[in-house]
Amino acid sequence: MARAGLAPPTVSTGELATDAAPATRWRPPGYWPFVVPALIVVVGVIVFPWAFTLWMSLHEWKVGSAPAFVGLSNYARLPTDPRFLDAVWQTLLYTALSVVLPLILGTLAACVFHARFPLRGFLRGVFILPMMATPVAIALVWTMMFHPQLGVLNYLLSLVGIPAQLWVFHPATVIPSLVLVETWQWTPLVMLIVLGGLAALPTEPYESAQIDGASLWQVFRHITLPLVAPFLFVAAMIRMIDAVKSFDIIFAITQGGPGTASETINIYLYSVAFAYYDVGYGSAIAVVFFLLIIALAAALLVVRKRTQGAVG
Amino acid sequence: MNLRWLLRQAALLFAVLVIVSPVILFFVWMLSLSVKYEIDNAAYPPILIPERFAWKNYIDVLESNRFSTYFVNSLLVTGTATGLALLVGVPAGYGIARMKAAKAAVVILVARITPGLSYLIPLFLLFQWLGLLGTLWPQIIIHLVVTVPIVIWIMIGYFETTPLELEEAAVIDGASRWQVFRHVALPIAKPGIAVAMILAVIFSWNNFVFGIVLAGRETRTLPVAVYNMISFDQLSWGPLAAAALIVTLPVLVLTVFAQRQIVAGLTAGAVKGG
Repeated sequence: MARAGLAPPTVSTGELATDAAPATRWRPPGYWPFVVPALIVVVGVIVFPWAFTLWMSLHEWKVGSAPAFVGLSNYARLPTDPRFLDAVWQTLLYTALSVVLPLILGTLAACVFHARFPLRGFLRGVFILPMMATPVAIALVWTMMFHPQLGVLNYLLSLVGIPAQLWVFHPATVIPSLVLVETWQWTPLVMLIVLGGLAALPTEPYESAQIDGASLWQVFRHITLPLVAPFLFVAAMIRMIDAVKSFDIIFAITQGGPGTASETINIYLYSVAFAYYDVGYGSAIAVVFFLLIIALAAALLVVRKRTQGAVG
Repeated sequence: MNLRWLLRQAALLFAVLVIVSPVILFFVWMLSLSVKYEIDNAAYPPILIPERFAWKNYIDVLESNRFSTYFVNSLLVTGTATGLALLVGVPAGYGIARMKAAKAAVVILVARITPGLSYLIPLFLLFQWLGLLGTLWPQIIIHLVVTVPIVIWIMIGYFETTPLELEEAAVIDGASRWQVFRHVALPIAKPGIAVAMILAVIFSWNNFVFGIVLAGRETRTLPVAVYNMISFDQLSWGPLAAAALIVTLPVLVLTVFAQRQIVAGLTAGAVKGG
């Protein structure tokens, strides 16, 4: 049986030893029975939706009417849809900020958490609460904090002499305000990944640097940074994938508003599919959205290759 | 020398304080909002600790007639979706690890990258066609999109590190593959299963986007119910903050008590659903 070849040889030998019975006896089909139930589920809830989305994207289909094949015209509509183009730009801005800020702050936090201090374990647990807490619940409290008259944020600003802001209620500040929430939420994940990297660092370079009298900054720039670069890359990749798809926080706080100032691709996709029930066009957006994420991931890989010489 | 050490310690503690305070202040403020009467929540300058505590905010939320329905919905959706995911995902992780077919996990990675809404549109149409809308089944099934990849991913990683010697010995003693899995591999894998279960439970409990489309009035889960409170029923902040805290409290408690498993799971797989 071809499948048996996939099993580790040691186990196959053992299996033969038990197969003392006649040669016609039924042979266990390797490890496939372990995988088949999951395979059925994965095909049903993951692979089928992918295929169905591709099929729908080639059809003009509003919920309630019959689908009609239209070829690529849903895709052709995208570059002429100003709301979609705005959403792409807003997604890229939101994503760039939501990758860079947590990356910087998370690395700093990891350097601090790498040291030994009392209650370190407990405080690390507290620090990761934002990313585990229910996003909608978090969003609700942030909405109250952003309130221009009654919100605590404007009060805190007034204490240091900064004038009151409109936060998520003004088109110019809505994306930075949402990024503030996203950064608060996801800096801990970057911290955990970089902390894992720091824990794996060799001690020798530090000892020789200390002997040579290197400054803290020199040690960070020339020893720590190159060594944790692979971890920073992983963190940047995960952060990018999550930020570009961010939905709960934006939807619960602004629903893409004011107007469409914070409407990212994901939020626009939601409106097209479930407010206008235009599932054909929505599917085309979903496909392009997926390709955009793949493209961004590829771009990150290229950046990583280019900088390997410079930083690493 | 001693003074320098002391200064460094003080600087370190200050740095820790600066880093952790946005988190602590946020949750303290959330708690404060939830125990204040409307008049205190509207006060300027803001009041952190009120003179009178509005415990009635919590009672209002807990006693509102639908809260228990939504709570049970959340339990059923998260419980069933996690249970089913463990049932199919743990053996799958074992099979994939033993077949050394880790490349099969590329499906899981692509699933991790795909936006949640790309599952929602086709499955919504499917559920509508099957006439399942209005029951909890659509949400239970679509939550598998969150839970199954987490479980498979973590279990592949875990079974790849468990020793093969015991399993080989059992095979030589005449145990079938199923018996080896059931009596040798599974008991060793308990810590890995715990990690997978905790993460699956949290990400399923927190999920919002699937619910807003698939849930009807009777089938809302807690995150959807809280969101609907903002938009329709409730305009006063106290009960809203209390509801938000109640919804997320189980997750916060779980995070503090199981942080070692959570950290291990997130840094090993870094998988999140939706």
